[in-house]
Amino acid sequence: MAYAAGVDVGSTQTKAVIIDEAGAIVGRALIDTGANVIAAAENSFAQALACAALDEREVEYVIGTGYGRYRVTFGNAQVTEISCHGRGAVHMFPHTRTVVDMGGQDTKAIRVNAIGEIVDFCMNDKCAAGTGRFLGAASAALDIPLEELGEVALRAERAVKISTTCTVFAESEVLSWLGKGKKIEDILLGVHQSIAARSIGLLRRVGIDPEVTFTGGVAKNIGMIDALNKGMNLKVNVSADSHFMGALGAALFALDHISASREPVAQEVG
Amino acid sequence: MPQTPTIVGRGNRDGAALFQRWFTELNHTAASGGQAAYVFVMGSLAELLRVFDLPIVMPEINSLQTAVRRVAHEYLDQAEDYGYSPDICGYVKADVGVQLRHGEHPMGRIPLPSLAVLTNACNTYIKWAEIWERMYHIPIFTLDVPGTRACGKQTWPGEPDFENDRGYVLAQVKELITVCERLTGKKFDIDRLRETLQHANVMSRGWRRVLELNESRPSVFNALTDGTIYLGVSNGFRGTYEGAKYFNDLVEEMEFKAAQGIGTMTDEKYRLVFVGVPCYPIFRRFNELFSEWGGTFVSSTYLWFAAGGVAQGYEYDLRRPLESFAEGVLIYVRNAMDSMFYQEQALAQVIDRFYVDGVVYHPIKSCRTVSTGLADSRRALMASRDIASLFIESDMMDRRVVSEAQLKNRADAFFEGLASRRVAAAR
Repeated sequence: MAYAAGVDVGSTQTKAVIIDEAGAIVGRALIDTGANVIAAAENSFAQALACAALDEREVEYVIGTGYGRYRVTFGNAQVTEISCHGRGAVHMFPHTRTVVDMGGQDTKAIRVNAIGEIVDFCMNDKCAAGTGRFLGAASAALDIPLEELGEVALRAERAVKISTTCTVFAESEVLSWLGKGKKIEDILLGVHQSIAARSIGLLRRVGIDPEVTFTGGVAKNIGMIDALNKGMNLKVNVSADSHFMGALGAALFALDHISASREPVAQEVG
Repeated sequence: MPQTPTIVGRGNRDGAALFQRWFTELNHTAASGGQAAYVFVMGSLAELLRVFDLPIVMPEINSLQTAVRRVAHEYLDQAEDYGYSPDICGYVKADVGVQLRHGEHPMGRIPLPSLAVLTNACNTYIKWAEIWERMYHIPIFTLDVPGTRACGKQTWPGEPDFENDRGYVLAQVKELITVCERLTGKKFDIDRLRETLQHANVMSRGWRRVLELNESRPSVFNALTDGTIYLGVSNGFRGTYEGAKYFNDLVEEMEFKAAQGIGTMTDEKYRLVFVGVPCYPIFRRFNELFSEWGGTFVSSTYLWFAAGGVAQGYEYDLRRPLESFAEGVLIYVRNAMDSMFYQEQALAQVIDRFYVDGVVYHPIKSCRTVSTGLADSRRALMASRDIASLFIESDMMDRRVVSEAQLKNRADAFFEGLASRRVAAAR
């Protein structure tokens, strides 16, 4: 049995995925990236190997992706997370034509074809507005754990209009609304709607072609899923492995390489 | 006598030397306190100003040189400390920094302006010149050039609208002559104008031919890097013997390279078009983001509009120099503006003729004039051609808004997409 791996070194977290020849995930790991990017890549891979109960030598090809892809020193090649999220999303949801990936510092809108190749893409520029980091700022301001934000937001009755999408100013705006007596859930719904609107703007630039698959760490947030669904008037695909979609895509590219290397070489027949 | 390979690279060498010479002469003018005309790349009117022996200063080029030489932030900071907003054009602010330093520049001392001549090709030109007017109490002359009224609705000589527009420009050119005579104390000499126009004709013809020659496979020059050197000569030496000789030589070099199959890149994999203004703070590195993948820029809208539209190739009629000059200014400046605002039709033609694999749009934060319409342009182009495109933003001056990691990520993804297209096309 051949195995392939993808290691996605993101700005906030590093994800590793190991797949078998059928493309099924057999091991996964998620750790904080921290300051030592090389160690983060190595540790996540080691944890994914342990999860799959595999030895490193059993993994034939490794592809690094994410901002730290060139720091996956044990990897065989690098592919951008843009291509990897597209590939992973189509693997999980074959009718995907548009992908929205919301990570710690990036939000990406990606349009793909039937085999997961990139047709067009668009990202936020030099600013973490509309990314997971904005939720982190709200979490800090309201002293609510990040993973509970979405659930709280869904209890809202009337969303507060968040005027800034600047992550630096998010905290002060949230506090100012608290000072005006607004309910926490209403403020949080406003935060989610603000981020969703920004992301939908990116998606419109590449064209929203159903099905839309939501990937990245923020895809675990049910409030954001709801905000995207309502903002686009459709239902986004979300997998339990959405957080690993970049690493999965990288592993699938690695599997392509293994398959290609095993194709019989055409023999010249005299 | 057979040509020798030493001809290869001559355009870059001679271009760099001429560029240096231009600034050396400006240093001498500054030292002697001589007069100088501040002009802009789109509609410099250098052919006319040279008749009055006015040295040409191009503040846009001064500014971009501070970025290329990696000191732009010092000039930008100085202008911002003075009170200019971070959102104002980086070229303007770097020039304000130069003026606040009394002409001190990485390439020597720039003479102060005696006159500023501008067109409406860029809205910022007008406010920029007003800064000098307030600083130095100099005359500024704004030549209003009627632009294209709608995409693809250009008018040409012989048509009533064009003739009206030409008359309007000619009247303004005559006013400028009066201003120059008063400033310099020299009488306008139509034979000298004929001479500068003749040199300009050679340069325009050569520029057009050089750009056409990049249809060759492999491409004979990189429109983003090499092209910018040629552009410097086109602007700084317009209407001069040196400029005319340079472009004759450049045509010879490019024809030689095309005939011999000598490319600018040893392994050209992808042929690209650049749309916008270069990222000068990381000029070489920006190009490497593409060259590392075997990508080279075969054409660039920058070489169209920042050359003042002369790539269009209009040649002055020396039998009626003044009228023809007005006609040329109208056609060139209009062409420069169209190259910024209505470039999709021209791009479609380049894609067809130059075997282009992808188009790179590079909007820049500090120039809304050239960047605002690029999203529309891209949509229009993608609707008319099945072509890959990349939309990346940075700046031409301000390294604070240039994120190399983000640029690289997008460029890498763009090339992954191009590679997929190749595979799909082969299936």
